[in-house]
Amino acid sequence: MSGKSLFEKVWEDHLVSAETPSNPAVLYIDLHLAHEVTTPQAFTLLREQGLPVRRPDLTLATLDHSTPTVPVGSLQDLDVLSEPAQAAQIRQMAKNCADFGIELHGFGSDQRGIVHVIGPEIGATQPGKTIVCGDSHSSTHGAFGALAFGIGSTEVGHVLATQCLLQRKPMSMAINFNGRLPVGVTAKDIILATIGEIGVNGGTGHVIEYRGNVISNLSMEERMTICNMTIEAGARAGMMAPDNTTVEFLAGRPQAPVGADWDSAVTRWLSLPSDDDAGFDREIDIDVTNLQPMVTFGTNPGMVVPVTDPVPDGNGEPSFRKALDYMGLESGQPMQQTSVDIVFVGSCTNSRLPDLRTTARVLKGRKVADSVRMLVVPGSEIIKQQAEAEGLHEIFLAAGAEWREAGCSMCLGMNGDNLQPGQLCVSTSNRNFEGRQGIGGRTVLASPETAAASAVNGHITDPRTML
Amino acid sequence: MEKLTHIHSRTIVLPQTDIDTDQIMPGRFLTSTTREGLGEALFADWRYADDGAPLADFALNQPGAAERQVLVAGNNFGCGSSREHAPWGLVDFGFRAVISTQFADIFRNNSLKNGLVPLIVDEDTHNWLLENPGVTVDIDVASATLSLPNGTCREFPLDGFAQHCLLEGLDQLGYLLNKETEISHFEQVRRWKP
Ligand code: SF4
Repeated sequence: MSGKSLFEKVWEDHLVSAETPSNPAVLYIDLHLAHEVTTPQAFTLLREQGLPVRRPDLTLATLDHSTPTVPVGSLQDLDVLSEPAQAAQIRQMAKNCADFGIELHGFGSDQRGIVHVIGPEIGATQPGKTIVCGDSHSSTHGAFGALAFGIGSTEVGHVLATQCLLQRKPMSMAINFNGRLPVGVTAKDIILATIGEIGVNGGTGHVIEYRGNVISNLSMEERMTICNMTIEAGARAGMMAPDNTTVEFLAGRPQAPVGADWDSAVTRWLSLPSDDDAGFDREIDIDVTNLQPMVTFGTNPGMVVPVTDPVPDGNGEPSFRKALDYMGLESGQPMQQTSVDIVFVGSCTNSRLPDLRTTARVLKGRKVADSVRMLVVPGSEIIKQQAEAEGLHEIFLAAGAEWREAGCSMCLGMNGDNLQPGQLCVSTSNRNFEGRQGIGGRTVLASPETAAASAVNGHITDPRTML
Repeated sequence: MEKLTHIHSRTIVLPQTDIDTDQIMPGRFLTSTTREGLGEALFADWRYADDGAPLADFALNQPGAAERQVLVAGNNFGCGSSREHAPWGLVDFGFRAVISTQFADIFRNNSLKNGLVPLIVDEDTHNWLLENPGVTVDIDVASATLSLPNGTCREFPLDGFAQHCLLEGLDQLGYLLNKETEISHFEQVRRWKP
């Protein structure tokens, strides 16, 4: 008999009942993350059926998607700071949490921030847990060896009411990263190149385990960047083996176990990595030795090239042409000649402290080009404080960038931080879909290094020229 | 949820591949705190001009579109965000099935919970449907078959449990609530606790 993979171990550990041909598995959920956009309809369902939230203690709620990125003192401030619909949604979230006994990390809380940033930050995200959220970037938490995936609002209702989900067991895929990562090439470039390689539907139906020496050498923040974009390859979840880096990251976090509980948790966590003889339904090898900084040129994250390349030609394929028309790009034109209107450093992909430090390193002693507006949006209140304690915000402000409050911001443009039609944005977020950052807005996905270098030059720039 | 046993309708075709949920339901409509009324916003950025006027050549704006229950779309429909507002919008517009060669996982799950059938066909059938927009198709949920006017009849994959829920109009929450004893037992006996 072959051994078990990390995914199989976590899956089997949470089966309230296993699947049969006629019924899906009942899977227990250890941590439910909630935000204001995908939960209102679920709370309505609970109210209609007179149901309580089964485990408020396993529910972590925050405000991130439609929140302003200017300072908000209290919910009253939203009258002037937000559009009425956004304000109503945020107030509804506060009321739902109050009515159902869920602690809300809202305005005024030190622990408010993008839902996928705060989970790990407060130590709620832990190896071996099942974690869900009404948000596809739940895959982020897989960096800790958790099984974490996005669900719809109906399923949010299922978890609120029963702490369980009905699931069919996904297939498994291993992606092995080997070789040596060149200087100036980041975790963001690894995942963009991977999506380019396997396609935006390359992972559909699968849970991916990212493996290999390249992964073990990454920090937790870098691992999260990779797992975050797993959904952009269509996969159900992305996972990485917990190791000493994971354990060190979690030590001393507010919700991490303490004392004897910590010791036994660590023992359990370190037993989770896939057995040597574990089997996968699919296996892919990627050598990173010749990897370059990557940028997207089209309207999905699989349309990606090295920053030093020209825009590809796509063999005249209609959706390819439509994408280039939308982006205002021509085949053959060097990516680096593309001029930039906005630069956004933020989102659950790249808004953590190391991302802000790299951004600052590029900007230090330089200026954002006059033609460019640059926003730097920290992923959480804690990151904001830490960045300010290190003086990073002074570097951003001196360079002419805006330094804002934590939230999703321009990643999805729900809170008023939008692109105008035709504007091109180099963004450290995860989706370059048409209109994602504002109607008619054009998104080029890149690492914080590439984003910052592009802000300085006013056109897309290979960051290795500024390191 | 209403029972869904049978669909008999002309199709609407959107041939683009990789249509993501940001296109199906743009982010600015996610401020809704209810499920209703999202049909208006369906494909908003492709469907309306800057001044809000419907674009005549967009498939959903053509005469009779509101009566059609079947959308035929390019490969890999529904990728991206988990927003259930996408299937809510499709259902509110009047769709009961989407036909493609592949669906994104979360979209497929969300659809089945809202009486919308994500129907996977082989490439030949798909190409025929893309090339013949507006044909009348017949979908039988109980036998999981799709019949085309050219005489083709194809079975499509449909999870038995989801099929049962569609046919009976069952909401899956009821099934989970009935598992309460097993869930409590699991919480008590598991080796470690979150
Ligand atoms: S930062 Fe963007 S991708 Fe991440 S949770 Fe917010 S909206 Fe979603």
